Amino acid sequence: MFDTALTWSDLAFLAQGAAMTLAVTAVSVTAGTVLGIVFGVLRVQLGAIWSAPLTFVLDVFRSVPLLIQLVLGNALQSIAKLGWAPFTTSCVVLSLYTAAYCSEIIRGGIDAVPATTRRAARSLGMTWWQDMRYIVAPLATRVSLPAWIGLTLGVMKDSALVLWLGLIELLRASQILVTRLQEPLFILLICGVIYFVISFPIARLGGYLERRWSPND
Amino acid sequence: MIEIKNVRKSFNALEVLKGINLTVNKGEVVTIIGGSGSGKSTLLTCINGLEPINSGQITIDGTDVHAKGTDLNKLRRKVGIVFQQWNAFPHLTVLENVMLAPRKVLGLAKEKAEEIAVKQLTHVGLREKLSVYPNRMSGGQQQRMAIARALAMSPEYMLFDEVTSALDPMLVGEVLDTLKMLAEEGMTMICVTHEMAFARDVSDRVAFFHHGVMAEIGTPDQLFGAPQHPDTQAFLASVR
Repeated sequence: MFDTALTWSDLAFLAQGAAMTLAVTAVSVTAGTVLGIVFGVLRVQLGAIWSAPLTFVLDVFRSVPLLIQLVLGNALQSIAKLGWAPFTTSCVVLSLYTAAYCSEIIRGGIDAVPATTRRAARSLGMTWWQDMRYIVAPLATRVSLPAWIGLTLGVMKDSALVLWLGLIELLRASQILVTRLQEPLFILLICGVIYFVISFPIARLGGYLERRWSPND
Repeated sequence: MIEIKNVRKSFNALEVLKGINLTVNKGEVVTIIGGSGSGKSTLLTCINGLEPINSGQITIDGTDVHAKGTDLNKLRRKVGIVFQQWNAFPHLTVLENVMLAPRKVLGLAKEKAEEIAVKQLTHVGLREKLSVYPNRMSGGQQQRMAIARALAMSPEYMLFDEVTSALDPMLVGEVLDTLKMLAEEGMTMICVTHEMAFARDVSDRVAFFHHGVMAEIGTPDQLFGAPQHPDTQAFLASVR
């Protein structure tokens, strides 16, 4: 019915690529989210004027194409003789890129918590930190979650660009097989299915959490 | 005792409090009435330090609220405030709303905090709503929950900022009844309100604010029966 030269070891090779995609994504989204929360909270606390330099830097990371950031980042680390492996460079650049977007999401989430609700928390004797931890964080998370899921899925797909630094992630693995086997449609189809299989649970998780929270809000 | 001495407060160029003097003794219920923008609500938020003041002094049991080094978080434990908007924490159940501050601020054990919360919620008639989320309740119920939430901190003073203004007329009564109950129990209260019958009923003294000045203060009989200041007379005529 269907004839292909693709072997099990080729599939294993694709799986290795997918693992690399997952690893880069997991590290970058985790680090980027932590940094994004710090930057987001800082921007809210400092106000528009004092956080202007930070906002400007983050805007640069959001505006310059990721591919350029990766190539420049790699060049810079090499000029600075940091001796980073491509994986490290990729994760650092992707983390900053994620953090730039994430800080915007966090800032929006915090701003969505009504000032009067926070005032009520403070009037009960809660400290700034307690207000952040018990009132702002849960409420802002609910607001930010859909955008954050979108960001995570986006970063996972954008992470394909790290192939330019020589990392063999899912897309690069597929390219290699296409070059060797000359079956582009079939291999890219498999590649697409793998991307979908990785993304789908993340998207579903978002939907699940939204449904779990929404009846209360 | 809450002592307010010559307090002035401006929002940018607009001076909303123009030298307020008022002393509220333990066990006293003082009601503040007056038109919109007369500075009544602002005074309440200054009393527990949510808003800074420009000059003057507010002391609570001898502690200067706006002095540098005053631990406002500690001070606020004994001065509860309930706002016009009830400001429920929407992600927490009614019980959790009331338990949160006793647990985190007072550091009580879960069981102890729950005991206090249940007691206060029963007190305001919400015993049946413990596991409900606030948005499933009426405005009046949410406002009573906010009162229980403040009471759970065992405050010595309670400030009520137009707590019935955002409620449907039919829900006002249940909240006012709760306030009356507190007044009868001897809670020291400062209530900003537009409910004249309530002010007349529960107050030891009623203050009339006009354009940032306390134009007149007296017993309910004095102020409602024989207002001295022309502005008080005009205001009372307009709300009757």
